[in-house]
Amino acid sequence: MSAVTPKSVLTTPLTRNNPIALQVLGICSALAVTTSMSVSLVMTLAVIFVCAFSNLFVSLIRQHIPSSIRIIVQMTIIASLVIVVDQVLKAFAYEMSKQLSVFVGLIITNCIVMGRAEGFAMQNTPGLSFLDGIGNGLGYGLILMLVGFVRELFGSGSVFGFTVLETVQNGGWYVPNGLLLLPPSAFFIIGLLIWAIRGMHPEQVEANEFKMKHNTEPKEAV
Amino acid sequence: MAQSNNSIKKILTVAFALCIVCSVIVSTAAVALRPMQQLNVELDRKTNILRVANLHEPGIDVEAAFAEITPRVVDMRTGEYTDEFDAETFDHFQAARDPATGRTLSGDRDIAGLTRVENFATVYLVGDPENPEQIILPIRGQGLWGLMRGYMSIEGDGNTIVGITYYEHSETPGLGAEVNNPRWQAQWEGKRIFADEESVTPAIRVARGSGTGDHQVDGLSGATLTANGVTNMLQFWLSPEGFGEYLARFRTGVEPEDAQEADVELEAEA
Repeated sequence: MSAVTPKSVLTTPLTRNNPIALQVLGICSALAVTTSMSVSLVMTLAVIFVCAFSNLFVSLIRQHIPSSIRIIVQMTIIASLVIVVDQVLKAFAYEMSKQLSVFVGLIITNCIVMGRAEGFAMQNTPGLSFLDGIGNGLGYGLILMLVGFVRELFGSGSVFGFTVLETVQNGGWYVPNGLLLLPPSAFFIIGLLIWAIRGMHPEQVEANEFKMKHNTEPKEAV
Repeated sequence: MAQSNNSIKKILTVAFALCIVCSVIVSTAAVALRPMQQLNVELDRKTNILRVANLHEPGIDVEAAFAEITPRVVDMRTGEYTDEFDAETFDHFQAARDPATGRTLSGDRDIAGLTRVENFATVYLVGDPENPEQIILPIRGQGLWGLMRGYMSIEGDGNTIVGITYYEHSETPGLGAEVNNPRWQAQWEGKRIFADEESVTPAIRVARGSGTGDHQVDGLSGATLTANGVTNMLQFWLSPEGFGEYLARFRTGVEPEDAQEADVELEAEA
């Protein structure tokens, strides 16, 4: 990779090295919390906070972390931050924490946070690591908000809770697409986003690992 | 440097120091925020109770509105009020588990899928506790994916429904989760639980398709099993196994004219 600068660590995770679209990490929570945009937004803020501060703290003590227990040290820091976020949400945004339910707790197992702590914060200075955490949180959030927008608009006919398409259940004309309210729909949307991002940055397209052989020649069958 | 970092002494020191620091941070957050969290849980419960009683409007002072509501603990076996428990702190789920205050339901009687049920329950009375305008009952039962918990509000005649709401469920979004759609909930208002004054078996149910008459509400399309769950839990909680004995107090106690007057008043307000 090119030289690490404060600007590059903030912007590369958005499209050029997006944690969801290129590294395909953090998919589980991206499927679960994107039914509405407001929930996606809170989840994004929580991940940005946890990712930035876990990177900062890991980087601060990186000279003293014994390599044999480094993963569990990172996990402990991440888990503590996640519990703090969960407690704060329960105290100040109770409705939101009810909707997010277990998924705030599951930020602990979000590979993005862990991946950045191990892959970046262990080798870089605290300031850069902090920015890298914010950048990756933003990259994660970008995908989350796009998926949330599509799912909420076509699944519930609203954006941020404001009705755009009046649904049939509420006496309108729009028949909502029920699939979009279920987690599998996020797979399709993320897949399309990956396609779009790789269209913008063709260098992200991976070479085929192997080539499929025809097991029958079309002509033989005729 | 790398050598000393991996010495046993260093590993133990780092692990121990990290655990101490992290546990202090976590417990500080938990202890400092607990009062606010309990307040939120309490506020949420009260908001749901006000909502089912049609007393909730966005932006109202929940505590002030709740002052009109009196919680009482009822012994469901006799239908009498009891002072054995404090209505503010009575815990239904705890009571259902405790052999002294709960009982196990056997197969065919357990239509709501509860396994164990408590003998006591907190009801919320709107207005004068002796002659309430509305009685709010806690209900719960299995839906399609899991337990659904909610409240049902009944008028002072013990028969006419005011509303129903679920504060906790895990039904399919867009299908079963429509139980909390205000349009669907609005249909419940004015429906009757029992077919006639003598009947103790609830007649109210969620119809398949559109409901007709005083005892049926429209089904939820694509959510038959959730609707069956709602029907079953009402059949259970409003029967003599649940609040039947308690509701009987109001059904025989209220003159039909009073009930009609109450209806007229409600309409005038609307």
